[in-house]
Amino acid sequence: MPQEKEPRAYRKPLPHIDEESRPWWEAVQRHELYLQKCRECGDLRFHPRALCTSCMSPRTEWVRCKGGGRIYAFTVTNQNQAAGFRESLPYVMAWVELDEGVKMLTNIVDCPPEQVKIGMPVEAVFDDVTPAVTLVKFRPAR
Amino acid sequence: MSLSRKIAVAGVYEHPTRFAPDKSMYQIMAESVRGALDDCGLTIKDVDGLLTAGMGMGPMGIVGFCDYLNLTPNYLDGTNIGGSSFVAHTAHAAAAIHAGLCNVAVVVYGSTAASSRFAIGTGGERGGGDPCDQYEFPFGPTTVGAYAMIAQRHMHDYGTTPEQLAEIAVTMRLHASMNPVAKYRDPITVADVLASRVISSPLHLLDCCIISDGGGALVITSAERARDLKKQPAYLLGAGETVRHAARGQRDFLEIAAAQSGRLAFERAGVAHKDIDMAMIYDSFTITVLSTLENLGFCKRGEGGAFVSGGRLRFDGALPINTDGGGLSSNHPGMRGMFLVIEAVKQLRGECGPRQVKDCKTALVHGTGGALGTRHSGATLILANQ
Repeated sequence: MPQEKEPRAYRKPLPHIDEESRPWWEAVQRHELYLQKCRECGDLRFHPRALCTSCMSPRTEWVRCKGGGRIYAFTVTNQNQAAGFRESLPYVMAWVELDEGVKMLTNIVDCPPEQVKIGMPVEAVFDDVTPAVTLVKFRPAR
Repeated sequence: MSLSRKIAVAGVYEHPTRFAPDKSMYQIMAESVRGALDDCGLTIKDVDGLLTAGMGMGPMGIVGFCDYLNLTPNYLDGTNIGGSSFVAHTAHAAAAIHAGLCNVAVVVYGSTAASSRFAIGTGGERGGGDPCDQYEFPFGPTTVGAYAMIAQRHMHDYGTTPEQLAEIAVTMRLHASMNPVAKYRDPITVADVLASRVISSPLHLLDCCIISDGGGALVITSAERARDLKKQPAYLLGAGETVRHAARGQRDFLEIAAAQSGRLAFERAGVAHKDIDMAMIYDSFTITVLSTLENLGFCKRGEGGAFVSGGRLRFDGALPINTDGGGLSSNHPGMRGMFLVIEAVKQLRGECGPRQVKDCKTALVHGTGGALGTRHSGATLILANQ
């Protein structure tokens, strides 16, 4: 499994991108967010994978998301001893429910942690953390 | 379930250590096996089935442990589904014995989580290479954080309060005060829990389980054989196991594995909630207990906050849970399911001294492995002394 080279400056874990996920990560690098939709049964899924988890069909289309959603659940993390995170405490980890109805684990940024609330409308921001990897995070909708 | 009351837990042993820098994980496991065999009067020569899982073992750990103990069992199960593994192993052992694949099975766990300084809850996670990991680990999930999100959502949806969660921790500490080998035995109050630092909102330090060393073992055999051994058998009535995960991005996160594994266990056991005299509920965090009780059906969804209040969970309350002090106060060497089964069996035997639940005939055990807020396993057992 190919692993992105981690530059010295960025110490948080980087994704182990694989052949199934590469198109999704490449789109994110272009600052585009996609979900997969089954061409047989119409089921939406995230994260990307080769077969539909409802009917096992391999016939898949990519659906572009507008990037809007709401915070479904979150936590303000005050303790994480892992490199990269221990220098950036506190940070907000959240499940965001996209307007398309699918949940993603992410970080809430550009917002003081004490102002983060469940149900808050948010929008995707694309964080180019290394030359090879971009992460989808969310900030309060503007 | 065709094996109801045909298989029993005959021997149990909880290793008394909570900090063992002088012992290896394998030594703790071996001492636990010896203890459980002594408890029921069998010897290592009688053992023909082995079930184990661990945090410090390799992917073929059970084979290495057989080498260490010079065992050549007829049945092996190294299922690792996290902290619930040993609860599931109990049912797997019962099925294997019922099917004639082995006669006397040992389930064992050992760990030096504390003396090896594992940062279990807040060490940060990089994943083991599963496809899902790449979409989560870049965002800094911790075990505490993954449970904290469930607590936050429960509070949002149902008005559950930090005080209600804190009462769970206070009750576990009360029970630990009556357990001579518990790691933390000094009583605490709701105010103490709320005054402890917030690790990952809304969970405070005292909402989180401790980290200890420890180990334990179970001896499982046919009910017929168990009746001829030293101790009162704990008969297996019913069992269930399953998982919950992100469900392709469409999960209702307040519905956890216990909803399915619990329903299966009750159906297979043929008993009702009112028949349960005490329960051992995996308490990695206070929210784990509240969410598990709701999902097992002891109260309705959203009513957990009120349910855990007013002393109901005390050893002398309406539904005593975790009478040993739980992972919140007694011991938590990484994977706690083992101790849930051990304490339930001791309660069914009436061996628990000052923390003994009166007239304890039927007990429920529920283990959770992994994290409620990302993915987890759940395994439920119902045991009885008749």
